[in-house]
This record gives sequence, structure tokens and C-alpha cells, in this order.
Amino acid sequence: MDGPTILVGLAGVLATAAPIVVAAIGETFAERSGVINLSVNGSILLSAMGSFAVAVTTGSLVLGFITGAAIGAAVALIVAFGSITLRQSQVAIGFVLTLFCRDLSYFLGNPFMGEKGPRLAVHPIPGLEKIPILGTLLFEHDVMTYFSFALIVVAWWWIFRTRPGLTLRAVGERPAAAFARGAQVNALRYIYTILGGALVGLAGPMYSLSVKAGWKGTISGLDGLGWIVLAIVIFGAWNPVRVALGAYLFGLLQWLSVVLQPNIQGIPSQVLQVAPFPLMILTLLLVNIGNAEWVERVLASLPEQWRKRVARILRSLRVVQPRSLGVPFEPD
Amino acid sequence: MPERRGRFTREKWIDIGIQVGALALAMVFTTIILLAAGAPPLAAYREILQGAFGSVTGFSNVLVAWVPLLLAASGVLVTFAAGLWNIGVEGQIVFGAVLTTWALRLLQDASLSPALIILVALLAGMVGGALWAGLAGVLKTFGGVNEIFGGLGLNYVAAALTLWLIFGPWKRPGIGSMSGTEPFPDRLALPTIAGLRLSPWSLGLGILAVIVVYILLERTYFGLKLKATGANTKAAFLLGVPTWQYGMLAFLVCGALAGLAGAVQVTAVYHRLIPSISSGYGYLGLMIGMLILYRAIWVAPVALFFAALNIGSIQLPIVLKLDSTLSGVLQGALVLFVILVEGARQRYLHRSRVRIGSS
Repeated sequence: MDGPTILVGLAGVLATAAPIVVAAIGETFAERSGVINLSVNGSILLSAMGSFAVAVTTGSLVLGFITGAAIGAAVALIVAFGSITLRQSQVAIGFVLTLFCRDLSYFLGNPFMGEKGPRLAVHPIPGLEKIPILGTLLFEHDVMTYFSFALIVVAWWWIFRTRPGLTLRAVGERPAAAFARGAQVNALRYIYTILGGALVGLAGPMYSLSVKAGWKGTISGLDGLGWIVLAIVIFGAWNPVRVALGAYLFGLLQWLSVVLQPNIQGIPSQVLQVAPFPLMILTLLLVNIGNAEWVERVLASLPEQWRKRVARILRSLRVVQPRSLGVPFEPD
Repeated sequence: MPERRGRFTREKWIDIGIQVGALALAMVFTTIILLAAGAPPLAAYREILQGAFGSVTGFSNVLVAWVPLLLAASGVLVTFAAGLWNIGVEGQIVFGAVLTTWALRLLQDASLSPALIILVALLAGMVGGALWAGLAGVLKTFGGVNEIFGGLGLNYVAAALTLWLIFGPWKRPGIGSMSGTEPFPDRLALPTIAGLRLSPWSLGLGILAVIVVYILLERTYFGLKLKATGANTKAAFLLGVPTWQYGMLAFLVCGALAGLAGAVQVTAVYHRLIPSISSGYGYLGLMIGMLILYRAIWVAPVALFFAALNIGSIQLPIVLKLDSTLSGVLQGALVLFVILVEGARQRYLHRSRVRIGSS
């Protein structure tokens, strides 16, 4: 492969990872506020199907994307209502919703299978696209990919550099303290869960109207991605920049597996297709194992110079989840 | 559950009201979905009923689907009791089926009695399921990987492993195909009732599993300690329950039951390994566990209902041109409404009961 081919390939990685970036940052918002929205996998499928159906029927891409966001927000609203207002297990509701939305998307999407639909066009940014290397890499995309770039910066700035972001973090870490300082804990959790759900919902049309245009039912190749999104949020330590990095890393590996497939004879395609999942387990193992008690004990028994090195690697990888993630808050 | 048994107390009536109310809401919702899809709802429901109960063959197929659901659902009740979300149950069924197939392949030419070979194959399935569950347990206990992600990832791995075996080392003479591995000789199958796919042996195993799990959870000290672990791990630990060991045991028991479900699919239903050997029974088992709010006594009827929905909707694509995932929509809506209605009761009737799973 020569330079330009690699460059175009890398630009493709940024574009194909865009839905994952948007969904994972959406989930980051929800989880930062203390709510796990486990329905991501089903949400993406349902919004991909729904937005495709709307775009095919009306011919409007904009309506398609609005539908996608609305579906994601609606599913998130159920999660928020069930867990915040009715205080049921977030995991239970999210898990049922993820299966339910998946079946619903296959059932309702049946008539739209294989139909030709509109597709988001690429809009190079005049002037900027001419910059060598960076132009191809960053400025020859469709509008939603630009949106994903902007979202990384805005989300990071919002969470770590603004006062509402400080409150958001406090709500997910120490809701009682945040409440004492005047934060409407449960209202904020509703808002961020629904906002996050809308972003997750946008990932649907980003697939069905752009990255993997069309709706092909069970062979759309979208089932499972939502779980990867959830794992990337953990890998990203609930930090939009690191989350995005995780998404790009995932996209890069997928691209490499496609590019290198002809060269790695003997590995059946079924194995490559599921490679993300053992990878997901290994990654979660890497970022969590530093928290395990036995690791500390093993570390203590290592010789000095080794211990320091291993401890530093583990510490840099280690993630600690928002302290009140999944814990309901009662104001009284 | 400290409930008075045997009498229809007010509490029980409210319980039944919740289930019926949720079922009604789920039916209303599904009807709306059917209307939205431009399908005649009554015809669809009639078709499902007809498919499930309209003929001896249909109903025997419901019972065939009932068995893996009984095994998976009673298994997840054990992990739910320990406060664990064993989403990996699907992969545990699949890996159980893989080890059963492996055992049968090894032993099919041996000069042993078929009964012994089948017994070994069933045990291999249980071991397989327990191994796969144990892996999720080890990842959680020693690696800090939440069992939801560990289990889910392992589900995909098990599915890929099956495909690889079917198209690779275990492929049929000639070329591998989606139809699965070469079928085993009839003598290595659990005997079925003449003309049907139903085996009384597997039916017996399923019912036995429900009874064993019921006794285990409701009548033994082990079950009590398991539930203590699930309800409040820290308190249970302080009271001397070795909590992580109990969690691992719950994984192993659930995995063994799930693996048995896979073994039954191989030895009694398909007589070979096929790509969709479990076809979602693990996920359905989890849904059943949530639907019955922990109570083992309800496993059998609810699993039968779910099995009837699954079998009844198989003909939908042919008769009404509807996707057969309609059964999943109805099942999902049902579980969702049960959780929401139960939550509303706790919230607005000021009565507390167990929450479904720990959060």
C-alpha cells in the first residue's frame, strides 16, 4: 500500500468510527450523571431501521436523522422513568429494552429490507480540504462525521471546563453533596439520560443513511455494536477524548482486519467477525485488573524495579467508574 | 420470600393483578405495533394460538422448546439470587452443545452401550456450560470484568466457535454447510415419542431442573446464603458468607443447567451441532427470570407461555407475511411492562418487594 491509499483508509476509519464516537459520548453523558443506559445495542438498531424507513418514505435525510435521535431519546426516557422515578434496576430495564428494540426493529423493518434509500453526501470543506494530509484525513467527510469531531471537543469542554459540567460530575459521584448544593439531581439525570439517548439514536441513521447505508434486517451487521459502545465508554474512563480514542482504535483494528485479511490465510472469516468481542473482554480486563486486590498482593511481591514499571502501566490504564453509577438517589 | 403460602391473600391478588395488567398492556402495545405494520392483529394472534395448540405436532414442538427454556430459566434464577447478571447463559448453552457433540464424536464408534454414551454426552454438556460460566465468573472475580460484558463477549465467541467447527474441523464429508455437522446415528439420540420430536427424557430433565432449583433456593441453607449474597454482598460477607465463592458456585450451577440445555438440543432435537443450536433460549431464559420476579415456582408456566409464543409465530412469515420476531416483541413488551407496573406498585402503593436483579 502506498501513502495516499493509507491516508484514504485512515480517513475512512474516522468516518466509520463516527457513529461509535457519537453513541459512546452520548452514553458517557448518561453514565456521568449516574444512569447506565444498557439499551444501546437495541436503540441503535431501532433508530437505524426507523430513520431509514422515514428517509425512504419521505425522501428527507433530515427527517431521518431527527427520527433516529427521537427514537433514542424515547428509549432513554423509558430507562430514566423506570430507574429514576420507579426505582427499578437500570440493568434490568436496559437489558429488556435492548432485546425488545432489536426484535421490534426486525419486525417493523421487514417491509423495508433491501430497499434503496437516500445516503448522506460527502461535503469537503472548501479551502481546508487542500491542506496536505490533514485535508484528506479531516475535511473530506459528510456532515455527521464533522459533527462527531465537534462533539468530542464540545463534550470534553462541557464536562471538564464548565460549571454545569462540574455539577454533572458531582451528580454522578456524590449526588447527596450535589443536592445539598442545590443541584436537581434526578431532573439532571433525566436530562442527561435523554440527551445521551438522543446521541445514541443518532448513531442509527449514521449507519443506515451513511456508513452502512440501507436496512438489511438481521444481516445489517449492526447487532453487537451497541455492546462495543458500552465497553468503549468504560475503556474511555468516561472522558470524551479517551472514549473517542477508543472508538478510533476499534475502527482502526476493524479496518486492518479487512485490509490484512488476504494476507492472513487460515483464520476463518467467522473468527475475524467476532474478534471485537474477545478484544472487548481483554480490554476491559486490562483497565479493570488494576483494581483487583490480588494484583496488589502480586505486585508487592515483585522485585522493586519491576513493581514500579508494572504498577505504572496498570495505573495509566486503570479506570474508576463514577461512584454513584447505577445507584438511585432519594432526595428526602 | 416470607410469604404465606397456599392461601389467596390480598398480596397474592395484587401479584396476579400485576401480571395480568402487564399482560394486557403488552397485548395492547403489540396490537398497536401490528396495526402500525398494517397487519390484522386478530388473525396474527389466532395464527399464534393455532400454531402452538392447534395440533399434536404443534403442541409437542412447544414442549420441545419448553425444555431448554426450563433449564436456562431455572439456571439464571440461581445467578439472579446471587445478584449476578449471567447474560452469558446463551453462550453457556452453546458451549454445552459443543462439548456434547465432541463427546459423541469421540465415543460414537466405541463399543459402549448407547445409554452410557448419551449419559456421558449429557454430562459433557453440563461440564461445558459450567466451564463457560466459570470463565465469566473468573473474569468478574479476579479480573474486575463485569459479568454482563464478559458473558456477552463469550456468547459471541461461543457462536463463532460453533461456526468454525461446523465449517472447519467438524465439517460434513465434502463441504461444510449451515445445515450443521454430520448427524449422529439414531441409537445415540434420546428416544422420542413416535412421530414427534419430543423426548420424554429431556422433558423429565427440564422439570427435574426446576424442582431442584426451587428446593435449592427456597429450602436449603445454601440458597439462603446465596440470596443473602445477592441482597447485600457486604453484609453477607461480614456475617461470614464466603461471598465470591458463592458467586462462583452460582455461575457454575447456572452454567451446568444451561450446558444441559445445549446437550439436550444436540442429543434429543437436532442430533448434530447446528449454527443456531440455542437460537436465543438463553436470552429468553433471562427474560423469564425477570418476568417472574425471582420466584422459582413460576418458571414452568411462564416458560411454557414463552415457548408457545415462539413456536406459534414460526408460521407467521408464511401465512401473514409477518416477521416471526413478533413473539420477541410481545415477550419484551411483557417483561418491560411487568417491571414498570411492579415499580409503580412499589412507588405508589408503598409496598416493597425484591427488586429484579441488583443494580
